[in-house]
Amino acid sequence: MLDLSKYQSIGAALKDALDQFSNEVCLVESDREREKERLTYRDFKARAHPLAKALEDAGLGAGDRVSIIMTNQSKWLISAYAVFYAGGVLVPLDYKLAPDEQWQLLKHSGATALVTEYPIWRQLSGAEGRSRATQLKTVLVSEAPKSADLEGALRWEEFLGSGEPAFVPRTREDLASIVYSSGTGGRPKGCLLTHENYLEQCVALTSIYPFSPGVRYLSILPTNHAIDFMVGFFGPFICGAAVVHLRTLRPEYVREAFSKYRITYVSLVPLVLKNLQKGLEARFDELPSGKRRMFNALVAVNKALTKSRPRLALSRRLLKEVHNAFGGELRAIIVGGAFTEPQTLQFFYDLGIPVANGYGLTETVVAVTVNDLNPFRADTVGKPLPGMEVRIVDPTADGIGEVCVRSKTIMSGYLDEPELTAETIVDGWLRTGDLGRFDAAGHLQLFGRKKNMIVTEEGKNIYPEDIEAVFDSLPVKEFCVFAANYIWPQRSMVGEQLLLALHLEPSQTYTEELRRDISVRNSKLLNYKRIHGVVLCDEDFPRTASLKIKRNALREQLARLDRATAVLPF
Amino acid sequence: MRTLEQTTREVLDLASKHFNVPAGSLAPEDDFFKKLGIDSLQTLEMLSRLENHFGIELPDYEVQGVSDFRTLASRIQSRL
Repeated sequence: MLDLSKYQSIGAALKDALDQFSNEVCLVESDREREKERLTYRDFKARAHPLAKALEDAGLGAGDRVSIIMTNQSKWLISAYAVFYAGGVLVPLDYKLAPDEQWQLLKHSGATALVTEYPIWRQLSGAEGRSRATQLKTVLVSEAPKSADLEGALRWEEFLGSGEPAFVPRTREDLASIVYSSGTGGRPKGCLLTHENYLEQCVALTSIYPFSPGVRYLSILPTNHAIDFMVGFFGPFICGAAVVHLRTLRPEYVREAFSKYRITYVSLVPLVLKNLQKGLEARFDELPSGKRRMFNALVAVNKALTKSRPRLALSRRLLKEVHNAFGGELRAIIVGGAFTEPQTLQFFYDLGIPVANGYGLTETVVAVTVNDLNPFRADTVGKPLPGMEVRIVDPTADGIGEVCVRSKTIMSGYLDEPELTAETIVDGWLRTGDLGRFDAAGHLQLFGRKKNMIVTEEGKNIYPEDIEAVFDSLPVKEFCVFAANYIWPQRSMVGEQLLLALHLEPSQTYTEELRRDISVRNSKLLNYKRIHGVVLCDEDFPRTASLKIKRNALREQLARLDRATAVLPF
Repeated sequence: MRTLEQTTREVLDLASKHFNVPAGSLAPEDDFFKKLGIDSLQTLEMLSRLENHFGIELPDYEVQGVSDFRTLASRIQSRL
């Protein structure tokens, strides 16, 4: 891999990687049974440089912001490389957001150019929010049908400059990207990440999990997600590894990809990992009793022999059929984006498939701690990575307190939010809002959150204020959305839910009509943003002089209720 | 050629069989995430079943943001 200490920017490192590994395969793109694309690093450069030149010709300069809203595919990475080459700042946005949410973030980010794909642009171009993002000058749309009206956008495939583009150098302190950790409601949280943040994160991660030519990474998590950007783009590229993209994420094609491309690493969110576990357990349960006993015995042997460290070759021989179902060459599953239940991690480890479990936030690029597998510990999120200082602030008697982090990977702040930045980064320490403690072996264990938010099993951060707008004008006296665990702390990272606290008008009751109104509004939210219950409150909500709800005081008020009886399903 | 109404009915039948809910308990306007209690991954499995049933390919982007049976059926109908 490249020695990243010599580099000032993501663009400079990637530029050298394309030359150093020119003959290695870097990208494979598959759509169902069809392999659409297979590019070497040399091919990648040949595709990316005309785009970089066209961006340069269009006036893109150092520090200009370019957004990408695309599903995982080679054009995502080609476009991102071209942006970095031309000195731009990347704004990767979630393609699963609603069009108006995407416009809101495009406006907030100040992006002057957008790279997207036709099906997404078809929805975006007609959305109301477009009129507000007036700073956006250039839109590039890929895979548009020949007859399509692009509503002022240009075709990605035809946006090609001639001649070599000029590489625009950036320094480590310069902004590399703006990544939204959440927030399309009241307060978008755009994390300002520098080139140094990424370079240092990559050094830390590859010190534990090094990639090399011959490694084949299956990219399933959206590339706008910090994990896939690092593990499915920057990390593999500076090591000469290959990235496999699937345009159709149906379970049967994902399963097939493992063996077809002999995948060595994959990143998954806990929801998908748990689903894989369920599928495997169902298959094990179908085994005839004799075979099942034999299988259980082999798992027990594997468990005993891998207690102190993973022994991949041995596990593959002992549990051949299981490993073959994953292509036979899988070295580890990387899991992240949300908390993973220990029993799921243990299940895979016992089968000889290590799960690289860790802890991190968008505010720290990707990871702060990672399980180094020496030995594997399912009950923790591992030890701090090299270069990460982690301390527990204001611990209770049992040692649990707020996890705070100091490292070169911490963002420089939230875009246009100096107060929020000052509250979050105090004396160089990032206050994560997560509760944890260290065990005797120096492993971090997590015990819930101090802040009013949830992280879904799909790895989505949801802040209550982001979804409150959907309940505006609800016919009640007042309402407020809370994370259930914020009201009633559970000392747990699983089963997080959002609740709607209602204060009804005098003489008003919680009727079927009101329940239905809430249900209809709730269904307008994306499924992972929905509330799961209602809490009725008899008292006026405490408010500030400017009539804003004092959420903390209201939380204390609600906490006096018994959760088991207070939460009404609907 | 099926009508949208027929397509919708077949989508509802298939969903009720696949997720083992009583036939007739699903309505076109129902939110399938909520009504079936399924997650995004199970939705992808349902789409594969629907593709096989109708003999079409339904790209992932076509069902992005779709959460009710009626809209899902209309996306299928446009590809029949």
